[in-house]
Amino acid sequence: MSVAADERHGDRGGRGILSTYGRDGLIQIVLIANSVIMLFPVVIMVFSGFKTNMEIFQAPFRIPDFTDIGNFVTMATQTNFLRYLLNSLLVTGTALLATGILGIMAAYALARYTFAGASFILLFFMSGLMLPLKLAVIPLFILFRDLGILDSYWALIAIYTAMGLPSTVFILTGFIRTLPSELEDAARMDGASEARILWQIMLPLCRPALVIAGIYNLVPIWNDFFFPLVFIQTDALKTLPQGLTTFIGEYSTDYGAMFAGLTLAAAPITLLYIALSRQFINGMTSGAVK
Amino acid sequence: MSRLTLRQVRKSFKQTEVLRGIDLEIAPGELIVFVGPSGCGKSTLLRCIAGLEEITGGDIALGDRSLAGVAPSRRGMAMVFQSYALYPHMDVRGNMAFGLKLMGLSSDEVEARIAEAARMLQLTPLLDRKPRELSGGQRQRVAIGRALVRQPEVFLLDEPLSNLDAALRSEVRLEIAKLHETIGGTTIYVTHDQVEAMTLATRIVVMRDGRIEQVGTPRELFETPANTFVGTFIGSPRMALLKARAEGGRFGIEGSGDVALPDAPGGARALTLGVRPDAFEVVPEGQGWGADVVYTEYLGTDAFLYARLGDGTLLSVRTDPAAPEHATGSRIALRPRAGGLHYFDQDTGHRLAA
Repeated sequence: MSVAADERHGDRGGRGILSTYGRDGLIQIVLIANSVIMLFPVVIMVFSGFKTNMEIFQAPFRIPDFTDIGNFVTMATQTNFLRYLLNSLLVTGTALLATGILGIMAAYALARYTFAGASFILLFFMSGLMLPLKLAVIPLFILFRDLGILDSYWALIAIYTAMGLPSTVFILTGFIRTLPSELEDAARMDGASEARILWQIMLPLCRPALVIAGIYNLVPIWNDFFFPLVFIQTDALKTLPQGLTTFIGEYSTDYGAMFAGLTLAAAPITLLYIALSRQFINGMTSGAVK
Repeated sequence: MSRLTLRQVRKSFKQTEVLRGIDLEIAPGELIVFVGPSGCGKSTLLRCIAGLEEITGGDIALGDRSLAGVAPSRRGMAMVFQSYALYPHMDVRGNMAFGLKLMGLSSDEVEARIAEAARMLQLTPLLDRKPRELSGGQRQRVAIGRALVRQPEVFLLDEPLSNLDAALRSEVRLEIAKLHETIGGTTIYVTHDQVEAMTLATRIVVMRDGRIEQVGTPRELFETPANTFVGTFIGSPRMALLKARAEGGRFGIEGSGDVALPDAPGGARALTLGVRPDAFEVVPEGQGWGADVVYTEYLGTDAFLYARLGDGTLLSVRTDPAAPEHATGSRIALRPRAGGLHYFDQDTGHRLAA
């Protein structure tokens, strides 16, 4: 072996662990620290769901006895929790469905047809991304009062649909524009009507983009506290975020039960997110790289 | 089977006129190729015939029936797209069945037609695959199959081979020719590749700038091009266009001397001579136009030399590959073979009768 090779070999040995693994290692440490910080409140929330008030204050970080599901039973049997959960599912589900259906119809028209005012309509949708809906809460209140849908599911569904449409139209319009228009021509030659092209050809192709738009809107809608607070009075119509506040009493609060409720409230969305994350990532890249 | 008639077909996109009055008669069973440089309107014309674009003037008729306002699917036509445009979320069977179901055929009939087309195109083992699981050539066959099952009167093919690699291209080209022979439907084929045009066409339609330059069989176009554009577009390497002045039966080119051309049209003063590479012969100095050799190419069965005339015109000459090559930069003399010349009007570019 030549001297030069020996030197090089020795050189590599002299660089040490830090210089060999330094950059990647540092990134790993930062990422792990970030994960810990992000997960910490979630873990504490889950832990506290299995503890009594006393345990929470005495040993907040201790790993609880996971077989003790008393708090969850309390939640399910002695409160309106299931009702709230159902309301949240109903309102969020309906709003997302409406957002998807209306959004893809609008996006298809905006992406494919040339008509007077198309760019204005697109801009109009886009303006919804920039203006917070909360600014309009008083006019909305008056409007809903006159429509007679105050204190009903419809008030929330209408608002959430309106809230979700701008981003959905934005994402879908961009996505549809990347799809080859020869597909639609082929379907036209095959005798498909415009509606059939949308539902049978474009809709399946837009699924990744729809999932992105859905997830993007799901979290804010599911977690929304403001609009139910303003528009819903009847206890049986309350959604989860609003409903859970009823457990915070003026003099005493059952923290254990509340954390159990929060855990249950966060569970569906977390599970859905994990289930759809592959599609989510696919969708993100498929729009960028055709 | 009926004849397809185009009368003064015009198409504009906003201010831009893409088709400027197309007149064409296509007989039943013909394989017509639209050829021309990109942007000449050939694909637009095809889409107009398909009904995917609305024409802004003129009329398209199939038999006695005008197609104005007739939906694409009701024109008795089927189209194969450049990108194949297969529905990505349906398998091969679904792709072919989609249109048939919309035609309202019974599921037995749909199955029978798909089986028949799959057999013809060797797609039977692939029927349950998705397009993304197929190779380029297989996708192409599915696209053809999807057109086939509709049993149309007219097949429209929009640059169907341009996405295939060279080896596959000639294979599929042959397949298309065979299919046309077996099925016998009228076929309109758009391409920018003159080899595809020459090998496939019953008649070729050469287009430029939204107009038809010439319609004819491959042989007619090659042997009697109507103008300098068709002359240079068909044939490879290109036909050379020489600007010559006639004086007393001799045709002079600036800086290259003059040559006697006995079969030239009479009375012409200045005209453009079209000479294909194989119509030149290298002759001893003084008997032809003088030219400088720029470059030589040896291709085995062929050899070409590129030379520049005194007025700067670059031309290609097919030479005997067995003969010794001419050195780059050497001076040679060139003369067109008798009967190998095309005469064009220098101003209009139109062919002059010999």
